[in-house]
Amino acid sequence: MAIFSVYVVNKAGGLIYQLDHHAPRADTEKTFGFPLDLVLRLHDERVVVAFGQRDGIRVGHAVLAINGAEVNGRLTADGKDVLEFLGNPANYPVSIRFGRHRLSSNEKLMLASMFHSLFAIGSQLSPEVGSSGIEMLETDTFKLHCFQTLTGTARRCGPAGHVVNLGLSDASVVMAPGIKFVVLADPRQAGIDALLRKIYEIYSDFALKNPFYSLEMPIRCELFDQNLKLALEVAEKAGPFGPGS
Amino acid sequence: SRELFVLTYGALVAQLCKDYEKDEDVNTCLDRMGYGIGIRLIDDFLARSAVKKCRSYSETADMIAQVAFKMYLGVTPSVSCSSAAGNEFSLILDKNPLVDFVEELPAERASLCYCNLLCGVIRGALEMVHLAAEVTFLQDRLKGDAVTEIGITFLRKTEDRKHKRN
Repeated sequence: MAIFSVYVVNKAGGLIYQLDHHAPRADTEKTFGFPLDLVLRLHDERVVVAFGQRDGIRVGHAVLAINGAEVNGRLTADGKDVLEFLGNPANYPVSIRFGRHRLSSNEKLMLASMFHSLFAIGSQLSPEVGSSGIEMLETDTFKLHCFQTLTGTARRCGPAGHVVNLGLSDASVVMAPGIKFVVLADPRQAGIDALLRKIYEIYSDFALKNPFYSLEMPIRCELFDQNLKLALEVAEKAGPFGPGS
Repeated sequence: SRELFVLTYGALVAQLCKDYEKDEDVNTCLDRMGYGIGIRLIDDFLARSAVKKCRSYSETADMIAQVAFKMYLGVTPSVSCSSAAGNEFSLILDKNPLVDFVEELPAERASLCYCNLLCGVIRGALEMVHLAAEVTFLQDRLKGDAVTEIGITFLRKTEDRKHKRN
């Protein structure tokens, strides 16, 4: 699966749609005897592997389940502290499942708003007027593509594009930007530009034309979901060379 | 299916006339409905036509006449600039599909703007691309004028003016 996820951010920076399209991440479950040869530590309320990478268990993977029961942050399903549990030889042998931590919806909301702000900062840093903003963010494991539409309502905004109630009467207004479509894909995947335009079309067809959908609100339209998934599949099948037409 | 659309529009106007006594109320209602359509239609227009950002009022007026009207109504009105300041334009429609089945307005509805929905649509769409405008019917064939003319007056252009910190 070369397209990992799609995010739609509204004009105020709130996440209104999110889709995870990637293949299920490889979780590794193994039985361990005491003492554990992995070094675990607490990070962000989660227990992650700090050192001792082996057999598919990588540094940064979080403890997802112990003995089949999913952990709850730093506590096991029974409410015991994970690190204490794993430090006690009486609990061994134990079967632990490691894997990459999946983002919760709150985290996604937060990350989307942060991206929105970064995007606004990017447009303002531009030496030329009328920059398109961040179009692509490239890392070694994925590429983030972003497309912002031209539409947007007029509002009194502060420099970062957030609405600020300044009570000013002068005419200096920064436009609230348009809606953003963000696609995270494999670095080798081509044709994402065309995919972003297609998503814009799908949005205008199935979200905007739905009379019961209010603008800027979370998109809960079945047809939008279905057509978006179809478009993602078409883009992926086209492979690294992009769609034919 | 064009007929069904025109008939539906006619039924809509007829119902509004039954609901409201005054012509101005019907006109306002049509304008408001058009506005609601316009703010959504603009994204559809931009998604399908992939036009670039318009850099001047006359470009915008041309775009509306030649691309948008063609795409949605199948007609291409002619554009003329009617003010020295360059912010007033008129679109002259010699063929208006919405009034295909209408001969003339009834006597008691003399000031009804039958196609006021179109004005609302244009106004809503322009507002979403940061161009405040007033759109009205200057001439209307149904009222006895020679042609149907829609006037677009661009108000203070509120485009990317960076907020300066002092």
